[in-house]
Amino acid sequence: MKNSVAIEAQAPEMRKQNRPSPFMNEMRKHGLLYLLTLPGMLLIFVFSYLPMGGIVIAFQNFNAIKGITGSEFVGLKNFEFFVQSREVLHVIFNTLFLNALFILFGTLASVGIAVMFSELGGKWFKRIVQSLVTLPNFLSWTVIAMFVTALLSSDTGMLNKWLEPLGIGPIAFFNEPAIWPLVLVLIKIWQGAGFGAIVYLATITGINPEIYESASIDGASRFEKIRFITLPLLKPTVILMMLLAMGGIFYGDFGMIYALIGRNVMLYSTTDVIDTYVYRALMDLGDMGMAAAVGVFQSVIGFILVVTVNQLARKFSPDSALF
Amino acid sequence: MIKESKSDRLLKMFMYIILVVFSVYCMIPFITVISSSLSTELSILRDGYSLLPQNFTVDAYKLIFKDNTIYKAYGVTIFVTVAGTLLAMLVTCALAYPLSIRALKYKNKINFYVYFTMLFHGGLVANYLLISKYLGMKDSIWVLIIPALISPWNMFLLRNFFKSVDESLAESAKIDGANDIYIFFKIVLPISLPALATVGLFYAMGFWNKWFEAMLYISDENLFPLQYLVMRIMNNAEFANQLSSQISLPNYVVPTLTTRLATTVVTIGPIIFLYPFLQKYFVKGLMVGAVKG
Repeated sequence: MKNSVAIEAQAPEMRKQNRPSPFMNEMRKHGLLYLLTLPGMLLIFVFSYLPMGGIVIAFQNFNAIKGITGSEFVGLKNFEFFVQSREVLHVIFNTLFLNALFILFGTLASVGIAVMFSELGGKWFKRIVQSLVTLPNFLSWTVIAMFVTALLSSDTGMLNKWLEPLGIGPIAFFNEPAIWPLVLVLIKIWQGAGFGAIVYLATITGINPEIYESASIDGASRFEKIRFITLPLLKPTVILMMLLAMGGIFYGDFGMIYALIGRNVMLYSTTDVIDTYVYRALMDLGDMGMAAAVGVFQSVIGFILVVTVNQLARKFSPDSALF
Repeated sequence: MIKESKSDRLLKMFMYIILVVFSVYCMIPFITVISSSLSTELSILRDGYSLLPQNFTVDAYKLIFKDNTIYKAYGVTIFVTVAGTLLAMLVTCALAYPLSIRALKYKNKINFYVYFTMLFHGGLVANYLLISKYLGMKDSIWVLIIPALISPWNMFLLRNFFKSVDESLAESAKIDGANDIYIFFKIVLPISLPALATVGLFYAMGFWNKWFEAMLYISDENLFPLQYLVMRIMNNAEFANQLSSQISLPNYVVPTLTTRLATTVVTIGPIIFLYPFLQKYFVKGLMVGAVKG
């Protein structure tokens, strides 16, 4: 403790003597703070920046024994899949399509919940509802997959049992690819909509109550207040959240898709996404070059998208841009 | 107060109903799985899963707790969650606090260094090679912990919170001769409890729910965490057969389905138990952290 005081006292003198570099000066002043950042910076370097170097694998005929430094470069050969296989184009389409559905319906559900939640009273009612709807967010996808099996399996699933008296089904969900975009959207809403509502609720809570009061005095109905006050004031947050989500539209939700679909080939046509495809290319085929090439394509396009979207967000609402 | 019109009350009623329906929708899977885990295997095979236990029994639980697989998995998950959350909070706070100090000269550079990793990823292949080949962390429990010790998202959430802490507190402590590490541990951390609880909860959930890393890097059955155990037993019936290998009753039905469900319930148990206590913190913490400083 005494050291830092002593150093600070010395600092002006030393500046006169041999003018230390701005860097050294800063280290003298805040050295301990920089020391605190070191463990985190180091971990980020190892687990985030080092793998970025691994991108060269996409341009190599990678051989695990020779390693990254020993494998020969083959240029763009690993990227030939784009012209050769329709499979990759198909998983790219699935990724974009499913994410678009998730963003659209997820946002609608979250905003709806937040608006209704803010309109209603009753402390206990609100507490219980909020607990119930945010709870699924904290489950792992493997547990959710078990839930989904209990509900959807064709012979013992509960949904089929409920549909039976209505004269529908039984639907063999796990053999029916066409139905899965809908199923996945419903599961995504189940899992994330309640939690996603928190950020919108925070925005609504921040709206000046006087606006509502004066609207009431002018005779506005509840619906009109939602339509002309709450929703317009929510719009910036909604657009911002959607833009941010769109930045990640090239990344499939691996945990969700792999846990729910696993290796059910029957459902690949509508559910296989880039991330699950890369995983299988790596683990089953051991085709490192190709898996890395698809991954690089995803990272680069994803990066361009995030930066573009952030520029848009900045233009749209300068305070909310991330950088 | 202006009296509510009929249409207002109708709308309000409608919203109550929607929220209740959505809450029920959220609960149905939980109830189904819990009830079915308390039913007999035969009744499920005959009548399917249902919202109420059929032929109530706790046999499935007795069976899974007789085998040591579940204890081992619990042990792994608890160790990973406790050690992981503590270390992650330490590393994350230590990075977030300096970045919240306005006078820090290189803070924007470090911010970008962290933020860039949210934009650009090396991809699965490079990560896999790094961890399994170059770091040799395969089949080590630390592979579930160390790579996940810092999440940029959580770091920025905490940084935003620290920013809202009054800097004059630190200033005056400094004048009294305290150094930055002392200020960080003794002044800033204690008054940031709601934010710490929120981020701690997020980290804890992340560690508790880990399975992908186990699937990639762990083949030693003694090191399987709970969630990966659920994944494994969902896809094969081995587990139930192993559990009931010593039982030789006539007409005995191997409880494949109910042991799966019981394992799932055991896995989510602590979350459901802890959740109501933590919920009020994270709603508050998220709201503060979400406000950009």
